Amino acid sequence: MKRIKGLIILAIILIALPILFPNNYFITVVGTAVALHAVLAISLNLLMGYAGQISLGHAAFFGIGAYSSAILTTQHQWNPLLSIGAGMLITGIIAFVIARPILKLKGHYLAMATLGFGIIVSIILVQAGNFTGGPDGLSDIPPLALFGWTISSDFHWYVVMSTVLLLIVWLVNNLIDSRSGRALRALHGSEVAAEMMGINTTSVKTNVFVLSALIASFVGSLFAHQQAFISPDSFSFFFSIELVTMVVLGGLASTYGAIFGALVLTFLPELLVVFEDYEVMVFGGILMLMMIFMPQGLFVALENLISRLYRNYFNPPLPVPASDGENHDVA
Amino acid sequence: MRFNKKSVTAITAAVGISVLSSVAVAADTIKVGTFLAVTGGASFLGDPELKTLQMYIESINASGGIDGKKVELIHYDTAGKAKEAVKFAKRLIKKDRVDVIVGGSTSGSTMSVIPLAEKNKIPFISLAGSVKIINPVNKWVFKTPHTDRMAAAKVFEDMKRRGISKIALISGNGGFGKSGRGQSLALAPEYGISVVSDESYGAKDTDMTTQLTKIRNTDAEAILNFGFGSGPAIVTKNVRQLGIELPLYQSHGVASKKYIELAGDAAEGVRLPAAALLVASSLNDNDPQKQVLLDYKNRFEAKHGAVSTFGGHAYDGLLIALEAIDRANSTNKAKVRDEIEKTTNFIGTGGVFNMSASDHLGLGLDAFKMLEIKNGNWTIVK
Repeated sequence: MKRIKGLIILAIILIALPILFPNNYFITVVGTAVALHAVLAISLNLLMGYAGQISLGHAAFFGIGAYSSAILTTQHQWNPLLSIGAGMLITGIIAFVIARPILKLKGHYLAMATLGFGIIVSIILVQAGNFTGGPDGLSDIPPLALFGWTISSDFHWYVVMSTVLLLIVWLVNNLIDSRSGRALRALHGSEVAAEMMGINTTSVKTNVFVLSALIASFVGSLFAHQQAFISPDSFSFFFSIELVTMVVLGGLASTYGAIFGALVLTFLPELLVVFEDYEVMVFGGILMLMMIFMPQGLFVALENLISRLYRNYFNPPLPVPASDGENHDVA
Repeated sequence: MRFNKKSVTAITAAVGISVLSSVAVAADTIKVGTFLAVTGGASFLGDPELKTLQMYIESINASGGIDGKKVELIHYDTAGKAKEAVKFAKRLIKKDRVDVIVGGSTSGSTMSVIPLAEKNKIPFISLAGSVKIINPVNKWVFKTPHTDRMAAAKVFEDMKRRGISKIALISGNGGFGKSGRGQSLALAPEYGISVVSDESYGAKDTDMTTQLTKIRNTDAEAILNFGFGSGPAIVTKNVRQLGIELPLYQSHGVASKKYIELAGDAAEGVRLPAAALLVASSLNDNDPQKQVLLDYKNRFEAKHGAVSTFGGHAYDGLLIALEAIDRANSTNKAKVRDEIEKTTNFIGTGGVFNMSASDHLGLGLDAFKMLEIKNGNWTIVK
C-alpha cells in the first residue's frame, strides 16, 4: 500500500492538471517534456542513486533508441512500434557488451569510461552521415499510431508520456523493494560487504545498467516520433550532464526526487526567459544555492521541511510522547 | 526511504499554480516571433540578426507601425541547439501566439522547426543557409539567405572562366561544411569540374597542414574550402605557409571582416562568393540594390559596429514578412503566407527577391558577387 500511495498521488496530479488548465502551454508542451526527462532521470537514478554507479553517458542510450527508430521508420519503412522494439534490442545488446568491462571500473575511472562512451556515440551520430543524416539530422519521422489512434497533438503526447511515467515509476518502485533492489542498495553501501553476503555484484550491476539503458532507449524512440526530427545535439554530452544534474538535484536514491529534479530543470528555464540576457546566470545561481543549502537533494529537503512544519504546527513538541500516534502514519 | 505524501501534493500544487497564471494579452499588435543563436558557437549569426530585428522594429513603430498597428518582437535564444529551437518555436506558436516567425540562425535549428510550422500552419521565414530548407518546397517555410548550392555554383562558374577543371575540396565537418561539401560534389560535374581530392577537418582543429600536404601532392588546379568559424582562416594561412600557389576559393561562410583579420596577409588573392552588402559602396550607382545596402549598412554601423551579411538576412526576412502583412491587410496566417509567396521585386540586402510557389527563396545566381580580397579589403571580380 505504501508503495502505491505515491503513485496514486502522482497519477491524480497528472490527470488533474490538464483538466484544471485545459490547453495550457505549460501543461501540454512543457509538461510532456518534464515527463520525458523524468523517465530518463528515473532510469539514471536506478544506476546512480541505488546501485551507486555513476554514468556520464546516459544520453547515448537515449540517442541510440531515437536514431534506431528514426532510421528504421524513415529509411526502411518499418512499423514505428516494431522499430521501438528493435531500438531497445540494439541498445540492450550494446549495453550488455560494454557493461562488464566498464562496470569493473570505479569512481573517476567509471565516470571517464561512460563519458568516453557518450562522446563516441555522439561522434558517430555526426560522422555517419549516410545513415544518421550527419549534423543536419533526420527529418520526416512518421508519427506513432496505437490501435489505429495516431498520436499527433501535444495533448496526445501528454497522455502517452504521463502513462509511460506512471508505468516506469511503478516498475522501478517494485524493483527497488524486491530482492534485486535490496541487492542494489547493498552494493551501493559496500561492494565487498555485498559480495560477502552472497550477492553476485557483477551480474547485479550489469542487469541494472542494461535495464537503465533499455528505459532510456524506449523514451528515445518516443522522443523521435514526438519531435518528427532529430539531430545529434539532442544527445550530446551536455544532455548527459543535464540528466545527472536532475538526479543529484532531486535527491539521489529517490524516484520521486528524480521526477522533481526533472521538473525543476525543465520548468525553471521556461520561467526564467523573462530575465532575457541574464537567464543562464540566474539559472546557474539557483542551482548553486540549491546544492549549497540542500545538499541531500531538493525533494528530500522539501520533504523534511514540510514534515517539520507540519509536526510543529499540528503537534507542538511535547516532553512526553502524546497519544497522536495515528498522525504519524507517514514516518 | 521516508517521504511525506502530503508534501508532494502541496509542493506540486504550489509550483503549478504560480506558473499557470499566464497572462493573456489582447492588445492589437502584430507579433513577430524569433528564435536565434544569440549565444554559443553560432552567435556570429544570431547576434547581428537580433540587433537588426530590434533596430528595424523600433524604427517601424516610431513611424507609426504597419496599418496603424505596432509590431512586437518576441525573441528567444537557442544557443544554436536544435532541441532548444523546437522548444522555443512551440512556445512562440502555442503560448505567445505570434503571427509570423522570422528566425532560425542555423540550418539545424531551422530543419527541426519545419515540421512544427507545417503542422501549425504558421508562416516561417528562415535565416539559415542550407538548400534543404526550401528544396523540396514546404508550404509554410521560406528563407532569405543564399543557399550553399548557389555558392558552389558561383565558385564553379568563376573557375570555369579561368579554365580550371580539377579542384581539391577541403571542408569543415560541421553542418555548414558538410552540406556545402555535398552540394559541391553534386554540382561539380555539371561544370565539367572533377574533384581530385576531398579532405575534411574538425571544428576545433588548429592545423590543417596534413590535409593540405595531401592536396599539394595531387594535380589539383585550385582549392575550394567550405566552412565557417576559425577553420577557413587556418586553411588560408596553412596554404601560404606550405607555399602552395594554387588559387584558393572560400565560401560565403567567411564573408565578414573577421576572416580577413584572422587570416591576415595570407587572405590576399582569396576569392569567395558573397552578397553585395560587403561591397555596397563600390557598386555601380544604377545598381538597384545600392541604396538599400548603403541604408542598412550605415544604420547598422552607426549603432553596432561592422556590418555582416548575416544581419542582412534578418532585415530581408523581417521586411518581406511585414510587407506581406501590409499587403494582406490582416494577420490571417493563410493570407500572409500567400502574400509572402507573391513577393516580387523586393530589393533586399541579399539580392532582388522574386518568390513563387515553386521557389521559396526567390534569388538568382546574380545575387552573389564574386569577391577577391585585395589589400585587406573586398573587391568585386569583374
